[in-house]
Amino acid sequence: MQLVLEKRAERSNMIALISPLIAIGMTLVTMSILFAILGKNPITALGVYFVDPLTDSYSLQEIAVKATPLVMIAIGLSFCYLANAWNIGAEGQFLIGAVAGSWLAVKTQGTDAGPWVLPAMLLLGAMGGALYALIPAICKVRFGASEILTSLMLVYVADLFLDYLVRGPWRDPKGFNFPTTAEFDPVATVPVLIEGGRLHLGGIIALVAVAAGAVLLGMTIKGFEIRVVGAAPRAARFGGFNSNQLILLTFAISGALAGMAGIIEVAGPVGHLQPGISPGYGFTAIIVAFLGRLNPVGILIAGLFLALTFIGGEQAQIAMKIPLDVTKVFQGILLFFVLACDSLILYRFKLIFASPKVSSGAH
Amino acid sequence: MGLIEAIILAVLAASTPLLLAATGELVTERAGVLNLGVEGMMIVGAACGFGGAWLSGSIIVGALCGIVAGVLMSLIFALMTLGLAVNQVATGLALTILGIGLSGLIGSRFVGEKISLAPHLYVPGLTDIPLIGRILFGEDAFVYLSLALVIGVWFFLYKTRAGLILRAAGDNHASAHALGYPVLRIRMFAVMFGGACAGLAGAYLPLAYTPFFIPGMTAGRGWIALALVVFASWLPGRLVIGAYLFGAVTILQLHAQGWGVGVPSQLMSALPYLATVIVLVLISRARTGGSTAPAALGTVFVPDR
Repeated sequence: MQLVLEKRAERSNMIALISPLIAIGMTLVTMSILFAILGKNPITALGVYFVDPLTDSYSLQEIAVKATPLVMIAIGLSFCYLANAWNIGAEGQFLIGAVAGSWLAVKTQGTDAGPWVLPAMLLLGAMGGALYALIPAICKVRFGASEILTSLMLVYVADLFLDYLVRGPWRDPKGFNFPTTAEFDPVATVPVLIEGGRLHLGGIIALVAVAAGAVLLGMTIKGFEIRVVGAAPRAARFGGFNSNQLILLTFAISGALAGMAGIIEVAGPVGHLQPGISPGYGFTAIIVAFLGRLNPVGILIAGLFLALTFIGGEQAQIAMKIPLDVTKVFQGILLFFVLACDSLILYRFKLIFASPKVSSGAH
Repeated sequence: MGLIEAIILAVLAASTPLLLAATGELVTERAGVLNLGVEGMMIVGAACGFGGAWLSGSIIVGALCGIVAGVLMSLIFALMTLGLAVNQVATGLALTILGIGLSGLIGSRFVGEKISLAPHLYVPGLTDIPLIGRILFGEDAFVYLSLALVIGVWFFLYKTRAGLILRAAGDNHASAHALGYPVLRIRMFAVMFGGACAGLAGAYLPLAYTPFFIPGMTAGRGWIALALVVFASWLPGRLVIGAYLFGAVTILQLHAQGWGVGVPSQLMSALPYLATVIVLVLISRARTGGSTAPAALGTVFVPDR
């Protein structure tokens, strides 16, 4: 018996639509098996993971708060991946954006700085992230160094840099030696949307990013160039598109969005700069980008879904003592199934029952 | 024991996991497959390796558990990229994300436990030679194994027919297929070899480097191993030089922190990662005239029938 791939005459649009759903379904089945192995009732566990967080307003707000950085980063990554530029260092760009924006918050602390502080912080965050993302992009374009490896290495560097700042120069003198800056002033804080709630302005900014992404990709020449360079590099060369310039552009956009997500996270839900501000948003966003089929609206839905797994994972840990790592396993398996189902768009699977000898004699 | 001797011993120990993982990945890439999941296979190898050794009390059982875990992880990758023709970059990332989660899950019950490290060789007379005795004749078995593995891989790739066919599959899969070689099967074995090496490299950390398991203990070594393959221009001999250079950077930054050099410890800790970026740039830049990478590296192959 042999599994054989057969190229479809044209890509199947029907499967392109339902493949993320098939992938989620297969992931849920796999997770049920995993829960059973861990000695938990799969139905109860899946309920705690995926249904319970949807039933109270606190969790719903928390899902939106977690989805905000995921969606913003994933929108940027989708540009890179569409252009076949592999930025996997969004986690580092997120951290550097947080650091760049926090610089202003720390410097203006205790002064009577006006309401210009927050917009300036967001701008600095975006610039910091973009510049940090341009390092691997320039190394790629100028020297041909693999952007995959360099962007990933810079995540570790960013992590250590942030650690140095909050343990050294930026540490809160009244913070009992904890590695953290002082709480940001109100003018340096992202306002919440509902008094007393968790939902903050960042959610709106993420929605703007989704809309801007959809317009840029679907309605502009640059968006068209990005898609052509990734899908048909030869055609792009004949068309005279500058692929190096597009690598720089997509990396800069991606870094800017990740950096702004970083400063929003710090100035919003967290309220100060400290190590561990990201539970791996930059990596989970890679899954969000693929699950959303590199499409802005799809990414919005996928971001909300993966945010749900974070919240569900926390609740499952409290309610059922299921380790938090299960969430990461879930996310990894989901990405596998998403990628495998995507293969169905271009290929048809066939099981051949003839003996391998006969089939190898045929070609 | 002199300071120089201690440093060289530490460098060899720090380099060995890099060398093991990079050797496996080199063979995988020579067959035309880019498996970015080395970090994921390593960390699962570390968790399973420690688990096996702790439960059985045997370092060898631990090492075998690490190898098996690495192979199983690599088979997921093979099924996806070779069986289903999925993009290799994305699949490798998925393998790393999955591996980090799985290792946390497997390793959580072993956190806080301790084992005794793999014993070091002792040859009466030889090991006692001042300066070079300990370095040449006093290592743990993994150090010798990693060097033997590199020599074996070199011999296989350049001196055997099978190695030639493997390289052919990596340079031009269409031609290799036309000549009747089973490209996908060759690649599957190459991926499995890479998985075995990465699993062993991961297991080395809790079995011979630090006597316990902590989540995330590979700390990016899998990614550095990937960079080493590029550094070595896909040549086994240069891999040894590269691995020992990187091991030296790791150890020197540790010692520099101990000596109280007046720079932040975080900058020193960042050195191996910064060095990787700089080396990648220098190597890629020096290679302006034609790449030495396997020509079909990272491309999907679906045989026509």
